[in-house]
Amino acid sequence: MTATLQQRAIDWGPAVLVFVLGIVAWQGLVVAFDVKDFLLPKPTQIAQTLWDERSSLWHAGIYTFKEALGGFALGSSLGILSALLFANFRWLGTAFMPFAVAANAVPIIAFAPIFNDWFGLLNPFSKMAIAAVLCFFPVLINTLRGLTSVDPRAIELMRSYAAGNVSIFRRVRIPASLPHMFAGLKIASVLSMIGAIVGEYFGGPTTALGVTILNASAYSNFTLAWAGIVLASAFGILFYGAVAAAERLATSWDPSHRDFQTE
Amino acid sequence: MNDRPAVAIQGLTKQFKAGVTALSGIDLEVQPREFVSLIGPSGCGKSTLLRIIGDLIEPSAGAVEVNGKTAHRARLDHDYGIVFQEAVLYDWRTVSKNIALPLELLRWSKEKRAARVNELLGLVELEGFEDHHPWQLSGGMQQRVAIARALSFDPALLLMDEPFGALDEMTRERLNLELLRIWEASGSTIVFVTHSIPEAVFLSTRVVVMSARPGRVSAVVDVDLPYPRTARTREEPRFFELVTEVRERLAGGEVAA
Repeated sequence: MTATLQQRAIDWGPAVLVFVLGIVAWQGLVVAFDVKDFLLPKPTQIAQTLWDERSSLWHAGIYTFKEALGGFALGSSLGILSALLFANFRWLGTAFMPFAVAANAVPIIAFAPIFNDWFGLLNPFSKMAIAAVLCFFPVLINTLRGLTSVDPRAIELMRSYAAGNVSIFRRVRIPASLPHMFAGLKIASVLSMIGAIVGEYFGGPTTALGVTILNASAYSNFTLAWAGIVLASAFGILFYGAVAAAERLATSWDPSHRDFQTE
Repeated sequence: MNDRPAVAIQGLTKQFKAGVTALSGIDLEVQPREFVSLIGPSGCGKSTLLRIIGDLIEPSAGAVEVNGKTAHRARLDHDYGIVFQEAVLYDWRTVSKNIALPLELLRWSKEKRAARVNELLGLVELEGFEDHHPWQLSGGMQQRVAIARALSFDPALLLMDEPFGALDEMTRERLNLELLRIWEASGSTIVFVTHSIPEAVFLSTRVVVMSARPGRVSAVVDVDLPYPRTARTREEPRFFELVTEVRERLAGGEVAA
């Protein structure tokens, strides 16, 4: 156990060092060149604001994170469900995938004002909808790829055991697709936070993080805007980390994780 | 059921969509408890023939009967145990759970599965590895898991497509001996595809020699070496004679008197 902790420390050491040095350099350069606050505040100022405004920022962060989480859950479930349908009924995939791929190239964020009109500016569902649409495609495309790129002999073996379609999906296609599916979910976790924040830029309740950032910069309260950005990033990174942790649990058998296994 | 041939193939032809004739006019009978090897150059359709016997692909013409049933019926009756050149283990399952997979599909109880898995781990000499994942095993060990999985439900017919082709010579020879031991213990019939002439002769009761384009049966060589065969068998003069005979048949020539 201590050996693994030590190993973790060695693995993460360089990244932590770069982070600390980056913050120190930021602080040093801003002080040395006397950069104005509205251009770039000092990390210490941002930290101070984060602390002073912790209560309202935290509530705003949670509010927005809930929107992101809702959108992630909705978009990812629909993505996985569609992938299962397309993998099972190939004609459905042939009919719909070209549109899915084309729609993926559409800048979905551009629909944010429309979604606000559809679902209501103050209704969190308008932000969830944007996040959901953003999450849908990467999850669909990656999961479908995982479900359909199974070793054909693995399927032949199942057929030789007289296994039915449901059984082949349950025992082979779905487990084999998990690494791909999680690749999609990790992308989606980050996109959902972006979707929620950008959706809020087009209007939302003042209790939302995106609105807080927007208003703060409109009123030249740049350190508060930066504090909001830092918090949004922290939520994004933690969400990504949580999905990555779930991945490691669900696919501990995957050879790509062999460093994390004992033996 | 026992007096019926394990496999009876008549006038079998397989054409692929591109117009390639993979197999043409194949007639072959395999008796219960036989060990028959299919050998031939690349592209002679031996793997295709194996897949047709196993009802994984359909013939274009001709009939295949397995234990007196259609190949399709035989597949649904769990008559086949299949082993490929690569082990094709399910990465997310441990060794035990890989072996138990066909038994799960047959709805065996947990206790019965565990008992059977233990028995098989002994048979393929993998005790102590039951909780390992496939990537933690060597190629030879993975292939032994694949064999145990194929044997788990006691299929009447084992179909093996170059199962030792990807292994080094030492491992291959050891697994050859193990396979013969398993075959004798299990009482199953084996149809075995290989590229190796010595392997075919060492293992089989009969060697079916095939030629390519289109794939046909060009000769059948009876192997009259007594069982149980051991490492010594490979050093007997009769072994070399038979290897030579198969080699000349493969080359298309007549056997020297």
